[in-house]
Amino acid sequence: MVGMNVNLISGRTAVQGQNLDSKLTEKYFDEVAVCNLNGSDMEKLGVTPDDNVRVTTAYGAVVVKAKQDDGNPEGVIFIPMGPWANVLVSGYTEGAGMPRYKGIAAEVEKTGEVVLPVKELMRTYME
Amino acid sequence: MVEITDVVCSLCGCVCDDIVLEVENNEVVKVKRGACSVGKSKLLGHERIKSPMIRENGELKECSYDEAIKKAAEILYKSRRPLLYGWSSTVCEADSAGIELAEDIGGVVDNTATVCHGPSVLAIQDVGIPSCTLGEIKNRADLIIYWGANPAQAHANHMKRYSYVSKGYWTAEGKKGKKLVVVDVRKTMTSKMADVFVQVEQGKDYQVFSALRAILRGHEDVVPDKVAGVPKAQLLEVANMVKEAKFGITFFGMGVTQSGARHNNIVNAIQFTRAAHLHGKWSIMPMRGHYNVTGFNQICCWQTGFPYSVDLSRGYAWYNPGETSSTDLLYREECDAALIIASDPGAHFPGAALRHLAKIPVIQIDPFANPTTEFADVVIPAAISGIESEGGVYRMDNIPLRLRKILETDYYVPDEEIVERIHAEVRALREKEAE
Repeated sequence: MVGMNVNLISGRTAVQGQNLDSKLTEKYFDEVAVCNLNGSDMEKLGVTPDDNVRVTTAYGAVVVKAKQDDGNPEGVIFIPMGPWANVLVSGYTEGAGMPRYKGIAAEVEKTGEVVLPVKELMRTYME
Repeated sequence: MVEITDVVCSLCGCVCDDIVLEVENNEVVKVKRGACSVGKSKLLGHERIKSPMIRENGELKECSYDEAIKKAAEILYKSRRPLLYGWSSTVCEADSAGIELAEDIGGVVDNTATVCHGPSVLAIQDVGIPSCTLGEIKNRADLIIYWGANPAQAHANHMKRYSYVSKGYWTAEGKKGKKLVVVDVRKTMTSKMADVFVQVEQGKDYQVFSALRAILRGHEDVVPDKVAGVPKAQLLEVANMVKEAKFGITFFGMGVTQSGARHNNIVNAIQFTRAAHLHGKWSIMPMRGHYNVTGFNQICCWQTGFPYSVDLSRGYAWYNPGETSSTDLLYREECDAALIIASDPGAHFPGAALRHLAKIPVIQIDPFANPTTEFADVVIPAAISGIESEGGVYRMDNIPLRLRKILETDYYVPDEEIVERIHAEVRALREKEAE
């Protein structure tokens, strides 16, 4: 299998919260530029922890590091809220004012591409 | 070394007010008691923006406060559709000054609720909310439900101070005399503590609220064997716990506000609370994120009549989230300048909205550099509210508290003063043009 269709959700973590005022640090990068997957999904994708995965939605694509979290049901991936997750979120709020940060159809696949540091990721919006 | 007690934490909506710090040479050297890991990290400090800056030829160059404030005023004065966004990690006094500025320049003023509990605000306007204070919950609640929320990570003191683990007047035994139900899509640190964990299929919370309402109103016969992945037997178990509770509370988080049904989820959550009233005393409360996200909504209501996403360009307040909310304004490429204060849309807005933010002049007011700084044309460092400056904030249960000043600063300027100085410069530009 190359890619897998999944349901993407984003949200807070404690370490993400601890680094709200230090988002340009390694600690924040290590915690937030990450895709949490169920172990069995990782197996299906041929991905081991610390491999990079490419996550694609109708709104964008981003490379993040894979992390095993069996708390996620199969077919659901969790990316901590932040710059990497938000590449994948639609700007259209369906008239609600609130973007749909949870429940986004996504495809995840193993990749050899590198994870962009936060400043470089932000620069992609200026191109 | 000086020990300072009763410090009020300026991190999350819990606004813990019993923190003990040790201060030496105008620095916090130790957080002795009270703060969670997230609050502690804030109190111990991070690298600051060292100077005001203005972007020239793509690079941010250091300048004086006066120069940065003048430049910010010029941007706002020239703008035809300015967005003034953020306001949740600062004090009410700054929020009030910001709303006044927005009114004067005909801008749109919006806070982080727009990407957080905005849907909860809409639901409350729709059907009202039976709520209470965190103190009442601490002293009375014997059944606590966290729905789409993970306080063990996001509001780490919440259970200890106010809910499941706290000890109060009629809850002296702490968690021994209480039950905890967690409803979530995935297993979390919070769900591991629960007496009952209800694992719901993503985006289907609405159906589970409806099923529980039906059971509580005596119509369990209409509930199918499984609802959104949850077995009927478990729904009956939870409904039974609700019926037996003396005082119950549902705390809800982003799990229900940020999925497809958005405010409809919260309307149904509130109706579930009403159904629970048939059996006992019940309340419901949003788990507000920033320490003063609630305060901005209060202040904005006082000054404009509406809580967030208020368009002041017509000469009167126009409120229509979905149209006047920040993400929509940016996604439609409508605003032509933005003032971002005490928040970080660079990290927390959808990419499609950021593409426009990257194109327009951006003024950033914040103590810390963050992804928004990459888009900023003017950067104005602020004193840290609750550490270097004082002011009023509202806890998640709408209780007003006052942040204290712990450390001196002879350089950094508080948010309120920055906003007022920008406003004074805007007035001066207008007067100059009128001459």
